[in-house]
Amino acid sequence: MRVYVCVKHVPDTAANIKVVGGSGFDESVKFIVNPYDEYAIGEASKLVKAEGGEVVIVTLGKASAMTTVRAALAIGGDRGILIKTDKQFVESDETALILAKAIEEDGGADMIFAGKQAADSEGMQTCYRLAANLGMPVATEVIGFSYADGKAIVEREIGGGEREVIEMTAPCVVGATKGLNEVKYPKLPDIMKAKKKPVNEMDAGSLKVDALGLVELVSLEQVPERSNAKMLEGSVTEAVDTLVKLLRDEAKVLD
Amino acid sequence: MARIGVLIETNEKSVKPANFGVLTAARGEGNEIYAFVLEADAAAFQDGLKAYGVSKVIAVGASDGDFSKKPDLQAAALVAAMKNVEITALLTLSSTRGKDLLARMAAATHSGLALDCIGVDLDAGTCVKPYFAGKTEATLKLSGDLFLCAIRPNAIEETEAPCDITAETFTADVTDDGKLVIKEVKASGSAKVDLSEANVIVTGGRPIGSKENFSILEECANAMGGAVGASRVAVDSGFASHAMQVGQTGKIVSPKLYIGCGLSGSVQHFAGMKTSKVIVAINNDKDAPIFTKCDYGIVGDLFEVVPALTAALKK
Ligand SMILES: Cc1cc2nc3c(=O)[nH]c(=O)nc-3n(C[C@H](O)[C@H](O)[C@H](O)COP(=O)(O)OP(=O)(O)OC[C@H]3O[C@@H](n4cnc5c(N)ncnc54)[C@H](O)[C@@H]3O)c2cc1C
Repeated sequence: MRVYVCVKHVPDTAANIKVVGGSGFDESVKFIVNPYDEYAIGEASKLVKAEGGEVVIVTLGKASAMTTVRAALAIGGDRGILIKTDKQFVESDETALILAKAIEEDGGADMIFAGKQAADSEGMQTCYRLAANLGMPVATEVIGFSYADGKAIVEREIGGGEREVIEMTAPCVVGATKGLNEVKYPKLPDIMKAKKKPVNEMDAGSLKVDALGLVELVSLEQVPERSNAKMLEGSVTEAVDTLVKLLRDEAKVLD
Repeated sequence: MARIGVLIETNEKSVKPANFGVLTAARGEGNEIYAFVLEADAAAFQDGLKAYGVSKVIAVGASDGDFSKKPDLQAAALVAAMKNVEITALLTLSSTRGKDLLARMAAATHSGLALDCIGVDLDAGTCVKPYFAGKTEATLKLSGDLFLCAIRPNAIEETEAPCDITAETFTADVTDDGKLVIKEVKASGSAKVDLSEANVIVTGGRPIGSKENFSILEECANAMGGAVGASRVAVDSGFASHAMQVGQTGKIVSPKLYIGCGLSGSVQHFAGMKTSKVIVAINNDKDAPIFTKCDYGIVGDLFEVVPALTAALKK
């Protein structure tokens, strides 16, 4: 099987984000493998271990995203494709067209995994658009996966503690989230090996996709943390009595 | 004034209250609202919808028969139903199901889509949504044939606007390639109130220490008709189920009241609850970071403070 994993190069979730120039941000922060994509890599590796074949990491990002391709290859994967662009935020429709084209030109997929969303732009839709471009079925927020006889069975949480069990005909697109597997953090030998794995680099422009430009980022604004919390002093009983009174009369969030 | 569609999330035979904020957003300065339900009987939902300005409720079905197990067919039927009444903008709740259906519609029609929004301006064609897990907010302008936007539960305060309502049925002539089928819905039985739609959430962190100890949070939440959440550490330690996790890799919630008990206040946890109206922190370390980003704080042992709070609520 040829299994692709779409991986995004994103700022560390703990990084301080400083908005610059109205719709950009200070990119001199640490970048990492998009956290949800780690589950995707783990599941792809398990599948290829069972079925044979190879795992290919595909990343659309700036040239600096090579660190993320290598980090992903250290978690799992045989080779990589880095499609270079000069933007951090590439609109989902365009991203999906580029990924689909790159995957097809590379030989085509027997299965595609990705994270359910990017931790930076939180679009939550690239998996769906990628699947539509390739004529494949798709499910995201996947926390359970199995594969047999050309069918993938996935599970997703649908709220209220319920889980949906979905059957898809392969090839299909699976959007992973926490719960799908335990992420194994790479050890030094994995990191060294990953440095030697082949990575095919190309420019996004060379794939010549026609994106419609469906979503435009107009502006980005910093959200200030709340501050000046009211600290409730006194004995435990006094503190909770005051709290209940404030929640009822001041904040008006309790009846 | 425009005609705006709202896909309604139903619960058996009733309209989930979480829809009312979405309807309020759709109404804007007096838009005409048509509601779509993926149920057989539109009339059953009239009473629940007319208070919020819905002038027509349309039960959408497919000529193919039962499409409840085929989300791609549901999406195709909704696109056809919108076209049938000349609606190009559709809003819904950013629930697991709402997000999934809108994304299927957007992908199939190459339309602009924004999910997990906390604001929408239908005249300008823009949505506001968190980027970077709530550290920033982005304003997005959507284009394409359809304008599709899912709104985070509780993000928009509901207001009533009663009107007359009619009900009708629309059967879409759509077919499906059969490549995706929902085989089964398994109930875990645990969660009573859906976390992302709860008005009050009481959350436990690492110091809760065991599954059993969560009962003190449950009693407190019950006293307010709320739900119980957990931090990732509490989930990964086996004290709570994954469905209860709040945060970046868990549920996104926006209740009126969020009470964090034994939470340090990590950015990843705040990613999931930062837009709560009021945040209360209970922590035994006066220097815990959560006290710098909440509205009310109590320094104390959660095993003393939470039961006392439950008692105070019952007074
Ligand atoms: C990619 C990524 C994604 C993540 N996603 C999530 C997520 O979705 N959700 C999430 O929650 N975390 C997430 N995390 C983890 C996050 O970084 C923190 O590790 C986690 O939130 C901390 O959980 P906590 O607050 O329960 O525990 P701790 O950070 O250990 O804090 C416990 C707090 O309890 C206080 N305390 C101890 N004993 C008592 C007592 N008896 N009474 C009162 N207070 C007491 C302590 O003073 C401390 O402040 C993620 C991390 C990463 C890297």
